[in-house]
Amino acid sequence: MRVRPRLPRRRTLGAMLPGEYPGAVAPLRQYQIDVGGLGIALHEWGDEAGQPLFLVHGGFDFSRTYEVFAPKLAAAGWRVVAWDQRGHGDSDHAPLYGWDADIRDAMAVMDVVTQRPAPVIGHSKGGSLMIQLADAQPYRFSHLVNLDGLPSKRRVPDVAEHERTRMVAGEISGWLDHRRRSAGLTRYPGTIEELARRRGRMNPRLSFEWLCHLVTVGAREGPEGWRWKIDASMRFGGFGPWRPEWTVTRLPGLGMPFLGVLASELEEMGWGTLPQHLDSFLPEGGRLELLDGVGHFVHIEQPDLVASMVLDFLGSV
Amino acid sequence: MTTKSLRHNKIDLALHTLRQGSGRALLLLHGLGEASPTEPPTWAANWPGSVVALDFTGHGRSTIPPGGGYTAEILLADADVALAQLGAATLVGRGLGAYVALMLAGARPQQVRGAVLCDGPGLAGGAIGPTSQSFVTLAPSPHPPDPYALFEMSRDLRPPDYATLFVRMAVESSGLDEPIAVAAVVRPPWLAAVVDELGVTTCSVADALAVYMQATA
Repeated sequence: MRVRPRLPRRRTLGAMLPGEYPGAVAPLRQYQIDVGGLGIALHEWGDEAGQPLFLVHGGFDFSRTYEVFAPKLAAAGWRVVAWDQRGHGDSDHAPLYGWDADIRDAMAVMDVVTQRPAPVIGHSKGGSLMIQLADAQPYRFSHLVNLDGLPSKRRVPDVAEHERTRMVAGEISGWLDHRRRSAGLTRYPGTIEELARRRGRMNPRLSFEWLCHLVTVGAREGPEGWRWKIDASMRFGGFGPWRPEWTVTRLPGLGMPFLGVLASELEEMGWGTLPQHLDSFLPEGGRLELLDGVGHFVHIEQPDLVASMVLDFLGSV
Repeated sequence: MTTKSLRHNKIDLALHTLRQGSGRALLLLHGLGEASPTEPPTWAANWPGSVVALDFTGHGRSTIPPGGGYTAEILLADADVALAQLGAATLVGRGLGAYVALMLAGARPQQVRGAVLCDGPGLAGGAIGPTSQSFVTLAPSPHPPDPYALFEMSRDLRPPDYATLFVRMAVESSGLDEPIAVAAVVRPPWLAAVVDELGVTTCSVADALAVYMQATA
């Protein structure tokens, strides 16, 4: 494990139009595939004849959050393929969402793009999903890169058992209340700036200019203003029998080259996992990098650094 | 039998009234791959309230969604939508429906006046922790049950401590001495753990209903 030095934050310079962002490149190709009756949107950067490389986004995110990072990989010769998970970005809103369903959608995307092993880079939930798929179907993976998507034990305050039960009860009844209201729910409309400020609550470390850019690619403009594309029935958080820390139990058995990149700065959307949580779980030959002073969205905060780490890991095409 | 359609997000759920009555409803939750019965079961003969039955997503006359994505939590939300319609209910669940009934009893302890857990398809569920997994794509079926429901709900994780969490929530807030009654003979690990909890009784369905009939709101 190596610790990277603290780096200066990226600055945005000059007057720009709302949503414009330096270095952001729209996908060269965008299309939908049918996966069991649901439309899944694919976004590609780079030469179509290049070797495929998959980017997998996290929960409440979407492919076009890779608009600065992906072109850097494409510039090295890769055909970079990302897809919007069901309910996210330009993919269809589904009646049901689930971990296994997301993995099946990923399989369908990979099958359309290539029948050969390819590098896969997953961020956050996308990283966790890909650990599970790499464990179940290793033949799809030539390399696996995980960007701050290695869950550790959930941080729960040190409270008495009956208090914990009440906390979980509140979480569950809140989720059920939301489900009761979910039919016909839509995202609140607003201006680009208003949506950017809302998003900023989840992404406090990302620049306002970047968040405005995200609105222009992750939201749609209608008569009442912009609305995020993500399905309004989806809700941050949730509950279930899966324990986050179980994901890393699949790590030691992975046979493909593995690179994990952790962020040192704790954020609401991150896991707060540190190298010491993973000491005994790294696969043979696996590498772990800790980015000091960087938050959960490592590839957005430090696109050049993370792209160079990934390209170095993958070697030349 | 009359049927009402309830909306749960993008799913239309079929809630069948098998027999009209006065007072609190008895809500039946079927097993995996089943559908609601068309007649009230014999053990419900003395129940004074209406006897109603819900078809879960992908089952019976409820919507079959594309692409799967089933979880016990989503079926819990199905049952909760039915509970919102009924106001309060006593639950009887078979198999998978028993697991959902337990969850609903914990999640809505003041509206659920007793839950009876019975044998039935899907009672065991999947493992209690991470396992080696396969992922397969299934051809859609225009007819219920949804193949994805059968596949996903036969392998959903059911750690015993997750199940007992719902027992404790029911005990904590229902005001009932024994909000959970286990009539099932087969006891997979999650149900064996439930039986060991305070506030859980083991008895026949009829005996449990005789007690829950007296439960106050």
